[in-house]
Amino acid sequence: MSSEYDTTETLDVKGQSCPMPIVKTKQAIDDLDAGDVLEVVATDSGSMSDIQGWADGTDGVELLDQVEDGDLYTHHVKKTE
Amino acid sequence: MSTDNQSTTDADADPGSDPETEFDAAELQALRERVDELEESIADVDTGDDQKKMTIVATQGSFDMAYPPLILGSTAAAFGWDVVVFHTFWGLDILHEEKSKNLKLSAVGNPNMPVPNAVAAIPGMDRMATRMMEKKIDENGTATIEELIELSLDQGVDLQACQMTIELMEYDEDDFYDGVTTGVGAATALQHMAESDIQLLV
Repeated sequence: MSSEYDTTETLDVKGQSCPMPIVKTKQAIDDLDAGDVLEVVATDSGSMSDIQGWADGTDGVELLDQVEDGDLYTHHVKKTE
Repeated sequence: MSTDNQSTTDADADPGSDPETEFDAAELQALRERVDELEESIADVDTGDDQKKMTIVATQGSFDMAYPPLILGSTAAAFGWDVVVFHTFWGLDILHEEKSKNLKLSAVGNPNMPVPNAVAAIPGMDRMATRMMEKKIDENGTATIEELIELSLDQGVDLQACQMTIELMEYDEDDFYDGVTTGVGAATALQHMAESDIQLLV
């Protein structure tokens, strides 16, 4: 799925289930710089609620969007600080 | 009406003449310093509040009971929380490098099993039930117990092994995964629980 965001890096967690999408998103965000955007591609439907909850409860990240396309769930997370 | 006038007149008549409302310069200075001190300590409390803490006590060592503390612990670490998982009794087997790879699902007394207890009690049923669950976990893309332990340790989750239980089970400190905290007891666990926002017993 193409994105309107300037994605710095893409994290592929297809086929992985809870808690992997969240934990790997957090690890990938740690390796990025402020202003970078991480694209997370998952097949876990729970990732829609989980990534939103994680982004809400975590300082320094902002959830830009979440797109559901068939079995694929794509999330864009910006590192803000 | 006349009462109102009276009280106004009274208040106007002797403002500041009450000895209790008079301060000398030294007293005022001391009060200002006290206010500054209190403001600073309030600021400290505010910043300390950002860091959430969670303590989980893991007491069970069956295959299915190993998952909840590991999943919650590693996820909480992803939130940036300070996480302690205190493993005691059978929960210790989760941290035991060899035993953690052979944790069993109990078929007996498990109402979710599709067979009656009399059948579940047949030798080999636990192994079969565990194997079926492992297959499902693999197909679902769920992490293994070993992966979750490594992941938790990588993320700074403090996996603690109860010293009393280590000795009770006659385990050796080297039996555990690298990075596991040993030499801790109930007092340490209670201290973490007292400081935690979330405490769970699994």
